[in-house]
Amino acid sequence: MQLYGTEISSRLLLGTAQYPSPAILTQAIEASGCEIVTVSLRRETADGSGAGFWDVLRATGKHILPNTAGCHSVAEAVTTAHMAREIFGTRWIKLEIIGHADNLAPDVFALVEAARVLSEDGFQVFPYTTDDLVVGEKLLTAGCEVLMPWGAPIGSGQGLRTPDALRAMRAHFPETLLIVDAGIGRPSDAVQAMELGMDAVLLNTAVAKAGDPVGMARAMSLALDAGRAGRRADPMEPRDMAVPSTPVLGLAELG
Amino acid sequence: MITIAGGGLAGLASAVEIARRGAAVRLFEAGPEIGASSVARFAGGMLAPWCERESAEEAVISLGAMAADWWGGITPVSRRGTLVVAPERDRAELTRFARRTSAFRRVNGSEIDVLEPALAGRFSQGLMFDQEAHLNPRQALQDLEKAAHGLGVDIVLGTKAPAKVDLDCTGIAADLPELRPVRGEMAILSCPDVLITRTIRLLHPRMPLYLVPRGDRVYMIGATMIESSSTRPPTVRSLSDMLNAAFTLHPAFAEAAVLETGAGLRPAFPDNLPRLVERNGSLHLNGLYRHGFLLAPAMATKVANTLIPETYDADHRQSKSA
Repeated sequence: MQLYGTEISSRLLLGTAQYPSPAILTQAIEASGCEIVTVSLRRETADGSGAGFWDVLRATGKHILPNTAGCHSVAEAVTTAHMAREIFGTRWIKLEIIGHADNLAPDVFALVEAARVLSEDGFQVFPYTTDDLVVGEKLLTAGCEVLMPWGAPIGSGQGLRTPDALRAMRAHFPETLLIVDAGIGRPSDAVQAMELGMDAVLLNTAVAKAGDPVGMARAMSLALDAGRAGRRADPMEPRDMAVPSTPVLGLAELG
Repeated sequence: MITIAGGGLAGLASAVEIARRGAAVRLFEAGPEIGASSVARFAGGMLAPWCERESAEEAVISLGAMAADWWGGITPVSRRGTLVVAPERDRAELTRFARRTSAFRRVNGSEIDVLEPALAGRFSQGLMFDQEAHLNPRQALQDLEKAAHGLGVDIVLGTKAPAKVDLDCTGIAADLPELRPVRGEMAILSCPDVLITRTIRLLHPRMPLYLVPRGDRVYMIGATMIESSSTRPPTVRSLSDMLNAAFTLHPAFAEAAVLETGAGLRPAFPDNLPRLVERNGSLHLNGLYRHGFLLAPAMATKVANTLIPETYDADHRQSKSA
């Protein structure tokens, strides 16, 4: 797939927060086969150097997608995006503007506005959004080439709560890259996302907080491959009637 | 004469272990007094290897299990265990924590009420780690300094160490490859209305909290883990999360006085475990991360074994023949 002109073959984007250690993070990144890792910037990192942890990420050689996690307003997100561009030398920004404290739902109004401001400024925006079609359209108008609908609230591991809405998104935006961002808990969720026709999946907690993050990174990678291969193989439709899979012709006649 | 740079936890503990083997030790501390510039000032002082195993390698147990005994010879150690609880809505966190740890017993609401009457009726289940302990970090640093003095260690304050020393324990100031700072923020509260006698861990998906009693109903709460080299004071966001969590533990913390807040940089290697490293002719002990008081004793012993191998051999032979 082409993400803003960059060819990416892995369908997994991996978050880098909450791992037991940078050593395990590095192993998980390798095991996942991902080509893009996300990293969150906080203000604390601005007046320090962010230092060693970023060196760990740079050393992986993966594309770095900085995000604006924890931002609650357009101004905050724009400032963070500029910081990220300076630090990582990339125009990519995962735009995340939190609108609700309890479920961390995106503030889609601020999101569209920030996406417009950043796109005009030359950023290539990856917006963390809901599965709302109208919001999706406005984000595309604002300059986004990618949409990242949530599967469930961030870090909840609930899987895809609204698969029908994601299916509708796929139908409504046939040419737009759709990346499920947030909510994936298990490999089966990742399979489902790919079977629904999503182009990729971004996840973090499901791997970072697994008992064996490296093993889970591998499992997620396999799941994405399985789901995508399954979608491309044109799966059968479910039906009500049982159909024997053994042939009925040529059965031996007894007596 | 063994020379040591850095009078923080790692330097002092090493000085004591080396001096115990009869070697003369001179320790240089750049700050005006012991502990003033040490990140250990902001530590929780938990000796909790089994709880730490939730997110750390097995080595925290193998290296940390002896810590409480070691510290018991230096400073008062409170051996009352750790009680791990979670709000009702976050019970899944307790399940996950139990799956990743060992050496605990499950306790129900009425058992929690007996362990910590101040928490009566607030939690219906928890995990009790009976073997764990805690100490008061600042007191422990002072007592460690006393112990070092008692063993004849020459502590030179306000003086930068020479470029080459036998042992470098300068923490995040050391120039070591792969060493990175992990920022931690904490607060100290005085809460006359609440008497809690042991370390409490409150599990929460967003802001897990630990609370360590300092005596006289003073409590340390902590601590954030932020990949940053910033040394500025704690942010409102971090403090508000921590204080909210304390309030969740017991509403009476709303009336507690905030005695102090602080932030420090923990030095850490990529696996978050401490290392002994040879560099430019000096041995370095560094990377104690969030396990300073827990792992300093074992690492100081390793330092002494490395710098004074004859004593180690002699001891080893003795214990073998005994």
